[in-house]
Amino acid sequence: MNMTKRKIVGITLYILFLLVPIYWLVNMSFKTNEEILGSLSLWPSNVTFDNYMVIFTDATWYSGYINSILYVSMNVVITLLVALPAAYAFSRYRFTGDKHLFFWLLTNRMAPPAVFLLPFFQLYSSVGLFDTHIAVALAHCLFNVPLAVWILEGFMSGVPREIDETAYIDGYSFPRFFVRIFLPMIRSGIGVTAFFAFMFSWVELLLARTLTSVDAKPIAAIMTRTVGATGVDWGVLAAAGVLTILPGLLVIWFVRNHVAKGFALGRV
Amino acid sequence: MIIKTDNNKAWWLVLPVFLLVAFSAIIPLMTVVNYSVQDIFDQNNAYFVGADWYREVLRDPRLHDSLLRQFIYSFSVLAIEIPLGIGVALMMPTKGRMGSLCLILLAIPLLIPWNVVGTIWQIFGRADIGLFGWTLNALGVDYNYASNTGDAWATVLLMDVWHWTSLVALLCYSGLRAIPEAFYQAAEIDRASKWAVFRYIQLPRLKSVLVIGILLRFMDSFMIYTEPFVLTGGGPGNSTTFLSQTLTKMAIGQFDLGPAAAFSLIYFLIVLLVSWLFFTTITYMDKAK
Repeated sequence: MNMTKRKIVGITLYILFLLVPIYWLVNMSFKTNEEILGSLSLWPSNVTFDNYMVIFTDATWYSGYINSILYVSMNVVITLLVALPAAYAFSRYRFTGDKHLFFWLLTNRMAPPAVFLLPFFQLYSSVGLFDTHIAVALAHCLFNVPLAVWILEGFMSGVPREIDETAYIDGYSFPRFFVRIFLPMIRSGIGVTAFFAFMFSWVELLLARTLTSVDAKPIAAIMTRTVGATGVDWGVLAAAGVLTILPGLLVIWFVRNHVAKGFALGRV
Repeated sequence: MIIKTDNNKAWWLVLPVFLLVAFSAIIPLMTVVNYSVQDIFDQNNAYFVGADWYREVLRDPRLHDSLLRQFIYSFSVLAIEIPLGIGVALMMPTKGRMGSLCLILLAIPLLIPWNVVGTIWQIFGRADIGLFGWTLNALGVDYNYASNTGDAWATVLLMDVWHWTSLVALLCYSGLRAIPEAFYQAAEIDRASKWAVFRYIQLPRLKSVLVIGILLRFMDSFMIYTEPFVLTGGGPGNSTTFLSQTLTKMAIGQFDLGPAAAFSLIYFLIVLLVSWLFFTTITYMDKAK
């Protein structure tokens, strides 16, 4: 089994390459600044939780996490609510302009966020939504909704049409059929879509930072505070970074069994 | 493939999406178009200038330089990540706990906020407090990403490979899982070599996921902003300043609305054009077969 051994070595090396930089961040987050700047050590000599305590006791710090989680959740809910019926329409019906609409939706995924910075800022300021969670959630729909429609359409096309027809013959109305029968059938697809929406909204910073100033400021933007007059507070910066990785780990744990199919966007 | 029926009532189902995207895409895009053809002094003084801004921007050396850098960057990213991603997918264990563990570990870099990715590599690459920079310098390599252009490029590329190869790998992995066992058995009976199995069984089945992977990686690497901004700030000099950063500097730093808007539209058109070219070529090649 020479081949298998080589494979195991290869994949182990690759995973090490992924994990070592993260380990370094975790390592730093448990050190004091003196130790970080003093000498290079592979693990902290005196484990300290001070860096984490700074974040958990200061409202300006932890509110950043709350803000990020709030707008990400809003975004996931909005994305799913509008994308589910649309994906059903695209997977089941031909209608005037359907192909154009689908392509136009996808082009929004291709739009560089930097292009939309200024107009977004002005648009949301003029309707009084600047510095609110919903503004960021709506802005992130720009790239999440097209992707969600695309993924869901793939999953829905895998469900045979006969199911719809049988349900209608049995006297189900469309909304009842959709919620009671159809949605449970594609629940792994919905989970995967929610995962992707979460992921792209959670990692995005440019739009989130531009559309907020105080009340809805995301954690990623607050992290820049660690650069002060006396230099960079490396320990707290590392601790804040580690804490931004945790929600992602939690979410991927829930969808772990569907990840493989999900990454093919339901299209294999 | 599902047989679709004609039904214009389906528009009611796509209406919410249409309205939402119209609000968050058409209105802002029209604002950009509006800026790109006017010279705006304040709210009451705006003059129509036609295509002047476009002419100015197209002659702007800043745009040429960052566009060239952007293309080199995006193509290097694709050239490294696509083969590496396929390789990693082929090496991944197929079943059991090890399989799901690998999936989760691989997905971790994808779930880290982009500025934190920048921060991780900023720390990791420093010669005084970072393992990577320290090790390289201890080995006698004079490495400093903040002052040496080559090192800065290498670090930005390495960071992107670290960050995004997993996406390609996971896409390919799911494509490989969809190949029926019977295909491999037939290959074994034919005594096909490893290469032949890859070339004639695995690679054709990977095509649809690879198209998605290449498109996503091209689009996203072409829009890259946060990671190099945090890592190098676009420097040393302008050596790692890519299109998004040039644009943001222009629009928010200097508030040159007209040129920035014209630049935006050209930028958007380039992404659309390259994606369309790629997609059309693939479909055309499919039909030719």
